[in-house]
This record gives sequence, structure tokens and C-alpha cells, in this order.
Amino acid sequence: MTALVAQLQIQDRGSGSEQSCVANDGFCPGWIVDNLDRYLHPLWQHVYLSVIAVACGFVIAFALAVLAHRRRWLVGPIVGVTGVLYTLPSIAVFFLLQPITGRGALTALIALTAYTLLILFRNIVAGFDNVPSDAVDAARGMGFTDRQMLWRVELPLAVPEIVAGLRIAATTTVGLATLAFFAGAGGLGGEIFAQITFKSNVVVAGLLCLALAIALDVLLLLGQRLLTPWRRAGIAEAITR
Amino acid sequence: MSAPATLEFDSVTKRYPGAATPVIADLTFDVPAGEICVLVGPSGCGKTTAMRMVNRMVDITSGDIRIGGTSVRDRPPAQLRREIGYVIQQVGLFPHQTVAENVAAVPRLLGWDRSRIRTRVAELLELVGLDPALGSRYPAQLSGGQRQRVGVARALAVDPPLMLMDEPFGAIDPINRERLQNEFLRLQGRLRKTVVFVTHDIDEAIKMGDRIAVMQTGGRLAQYATPAELLVAPADEFVEDFVGADRALKRLALLRVRDVDLWRAPLVRAGDSTASARARAAESEVPYPLLVDTDGRPLGWLSERDLARPIVTPPADSAPDPIIDADDVLRDALAELLQAGTQYAPVVDPRGAVLGVLSVEIVSDLLAAGSTAQEAPSDRVRDDR
Repeated sequence: MTALVAQLQIQDRGSGSEQSCVANDGFCPGWIVDNLDRYLHPLWQHVYLSVIAVACGFVIAFALAVLAHRRRWLVGPIVGVTGVLYTLPSIAVFFLLQPITGRGALTALIALTAYTLLILFRNIVAGFDNVPSDAVDAARGMGFTDRQMLWRVELPLAVPEIVAGLRIAATTTVGLATLAFFAGAGGLGGEIFAQITFKSNVVVAGLLCLALAIALDVLLLLGQRLLTPWRRAGIAEAITR
Repeated sequence: MSAPATLEFDSVTKRYPGAATPVIADLTFDVPAGEICVLVGPSGCGKTTAMRMVNRMVDITSGDIRIGGTSVRDRPPAQLRREIGYVIQQVGLFPHQTVAENVAAVPRLLGWDRSRIRTRVAELLELVGLDPALGSRYPAQLSGGQRQRVGVARALAVDPPLMLMDEPFGAIDPINRERLQNEFLRLQGRLRKTVVFVTHDIDEAIKMGDRIAVMQTGGRLAQYATPAELLVAPADEFVEDFVGADRALKRLALLRVRDVDLWRAPLVRAGDSTASARARAAESEVPYPLLVDTDGRPLGWLSERDLARPIVTPPADSAPDPIIDADDVLRDALAELLQAGTQYAPVVDPRGAVLGVLSVEIVSDLLAAGSTAQEAPSDRVRDDR
């Protein structure tokens, strides 16, 4: 707890012409410009936590989805378990994990990853389910093995749903990662809570979170466009017809 | 691969666990190499199941299927399937791949190198009548007919000795279906694949099949015969009903115009005297003389007014309609006559020269002669395609 209190201590607010603005906890552009660099490290931590959590979540959810795709009865139990993980309050998880994994990024990553599983699993399964059955039948009839089917037919065709899941997971993870400082993993949340009454601080840290969420979303969307040129071709044709 | 293989169904039975009756019961027939065998029957008769047992998409419960003498059970399914062309009604093109990538699917599984694949894809697109420029399109950008052609090209990619086709033209509009059927028959004339073709449409079966396996509910074989045999001598009531009351008419689809005795055309040329033209017409079953050019191509029927002049002169605007191609099947030719509302029309050879005259009367006499007169020469029909 002492460490937490230390984090919450009021930090040095700098000096200069804007001192009164700062003293009044106002919104002070000058202070913001002067102090932007202090947010770089928390921002980097935030990016790290979000991206790694979503990436790990994706790998796990993908493996589970592939498993459940061949054995349908697994879908129910997996949705049940990941659903429980999803509903656990994150702060509780951070504290529950601390005796085992200690304070730091690992604890935060485990919790954040667990949160992505439900969304990612359901979307990947939905993606596989939406692959046209005639394409699957044709592929099997031409001699695709299960593995070739997965990588060459099912996965590419499931990309739209998978990316949709990744976008939701990425945005929610960026939000949840603001609580990661409770686990001692830093991030922009730490900055916000450190000076929660100081408008300039809250606005800058908050906007950085928002910008990060939007940037990840846009990147994923661009990634999907690159991976699914066939979708645009189809849409363009449908419009011109 | 390439050389066509014989296909043998040997007491093939399929029974699903827990089901009282089998879906395929003791199916036995042979398909000679290079022939099209059509499996036809009402829905639920097991025709698709029977086809899918050939490439082990459905497992055989008992009995055996042999391709070129080798049991399909002795081959790993994926390997077996790569050597069998597979075309389904919904085509099943991969929406995320271009036409060229789709066609290259099996060659890629077999690890062909890029340049060999590129050459083969271009060759196949041309073979099925597609512009090679379509190779870079996606399936969503094609018409239904074009997609089906891509499906056929994809199935032919590694030149398999055997093709399985499940209602391949079932989802195509009637006009394009007819065209695709004809194109496939022309292709088959060159490629001579052994083909298993599934349809519920008896007319398509008669048109496409060298042999037809009529199946009935319960997966039993009702009759296995050539189209002509099926039409002339249905094995039982079920087959007779399935073939339809109009089976006499259906036989017209098996005969070509040049196979029947045509009327002699009273041909005249510009410059002949009208008197001789009248005399010519009087000798013929046709009441009016037919004016042809120096190469024997039809220019028009002469009317009373034309014959009133002393010398035959080319009429300005009476190109005969219709003109019937000697290679047409009788059914289509009859349709043309009826559509034009005429009793008779000139028949021309591939160069356009008049061979004779086909009339509604000739066709009706043929039908009246019934099953005894014309043993429909289905082999002859197939040969020139």
C-alpha cells in the first residue's frame, strides 16, 4: 500500500508564468507543452500493455477457436469460462494475482489478456462459421487437408470477423490498461490518478489514451483492408451493377 | 494423369448408423473410360451421396468403388481427391482468391512451380472460353456463367482422369445453362474424361449422358442404360414415369437434323426461267422454289409474284427465316420452325449450302413411327461434338 500512496502523491508541477493556472488546477496549455515528455514513458507502457495483452489474447483465443471449430461441443464450455473471466472486476484480479505473480507488468498482462479472450474467441468462431460452406466443400473435394483448409481457406475468409473482434478487444484493453498501475505496471492511468484534480494532467493523459485507442483501431482497420482486397472488389462490383 | 479411367461401382452400400434403411443400396454399375455417366433421380434418391462416395467425401459402408481398377479405399482421401475433378452446383469458388488463384488451387497443393502454374491457368481459361484478363478478377466480379466456367477450369487443372459434377449447371438460367452444357460436351469431345454427372433433370441427363443411371428412393438403381434405351425401353413403371409421358418428344433431342431424311429442296438460281422453277417446285414436297446463290446458300423463297416474271430475279428482302443448321438436334430445329410459325425451312451444312428442307411433317411422321422405327443413334450424336 505504501507504494500506492507514493504514486498518488502530488508531484512537482513545474514553474513559470503559468504558475497561477497550475496552482488553481486549471487547463494550462503552456504547462502541457513544457511537460509532454513526462507522459512519454507511461504512454509507452500503455502501448506495451495493450498490444501485448491483445496479441497474447489473440494467440490463445485463436488456438481455442481452432480446437472448438473441429469439436463443436467445446464452444459452450469455453464461452462459459472466458465469460467468467470477463465479468471478474479487474482491480480484484490485479490484487488477487499479486501474491502469485508479484507487482508489475506480468500481473497486469495476465488480467488484461484474460479480458480479451471472450470477445476474441467469439469473433474468431463466428468468422469460421461464416466461411461459405460451398467453398469449404469444394476445398475438401479438391483434396485440401484440414490444415490447408484452415490456413488457406477458413482463416483468410474469417479475417473480417476476426479483425472486428480485435478492434473491440484493442479499444477495451486500452481503457482497462488505465487501471494497470494498481498492479504496479504503470501506464497512463498512473498519471491520471497521480494528479486527478489537476485538469491539465487529466486532459493530456486522457487524450493520449483516446489517441492510442483510435490509432490501434485505425491500424487494425488498415490491416484488414490490406488482407481482404477481395471484399472491396465485391462491394465495388455490387455498386456498379 | 490424363488418360481416362474406368469407374466401377461394386455392390456399394451406404448406411448411416442408427438408420433403418440404407441411403445407397447395393449399387453396381461400370462406367467405361471416357464416358459421361449421369446419376439422375428424384430428390432424396441418393444420387449425390453415390457421387460423393467416389472421392470419399462420404465413406462406403460396404462394397467397393474402383477407379482404373484401384479401390478408392486404398488411397488417402486428400491424395485421392486431388486426382479427381470436383464441380458442385454452388461452384464453391474461394471468394478471397482471384480467378487465377482459384484455378491454381490443386496445382498449388501438388507443389507445381510458378511458371508451370501460370501457363496452365492461361491454357485452362482459354479452354473454358474465358478471357485470360479475367484471371485477376475476384469471383464476386463475375457472372454466374463465368463462375461456373471457372469452376470447371479449376476441376480440370491437373488434367484428372475422372470428374465428379454435382448439378454443375443447376443454378444457371436456362439460356446460359444450355450454352454451358453444349460447351461442356464440346470440351468433353476433346478431353474424353470419365465423368460422373449428377442431376435431377431428366432432360439434362438425356442430353449429357452416354449412360444414365436412374436411381429411386432408397438408393436403388432402377435402370442403367444409354439415353436411347432408356427412352425406348424403360425398365419399369418408375423409370417410365420419371422419364415422362413425353419421351417420344425427348428422343428428338437425341437426333440431329442431318440424321433424318430431308425433303429435296427445289433449288433455282438467279437467271433461271420461272417456268423451270415452277416445274422444279412441282416435283418437290415444297410448294415454292428456293433461290440460292452460286455457292448454294439460300437467298429466299420465291413467291407467286416472283414467279409471275419470266426470269428469276433475286427478291429484295426475303432471306428465308429460319435457316436450320444440319448439326442442330431435331428438338431445337422443331422449336425454330414452330417459333417462326412456318411449316418448313431450308437446312444448311456448316458452309451454309442448302442440303434439303426440314418440315414439321417430317418430324411428326418420325414421332408417329414410334419406338419401332428409329433406334436413336446416340453414339452418332455424340461423335461429332
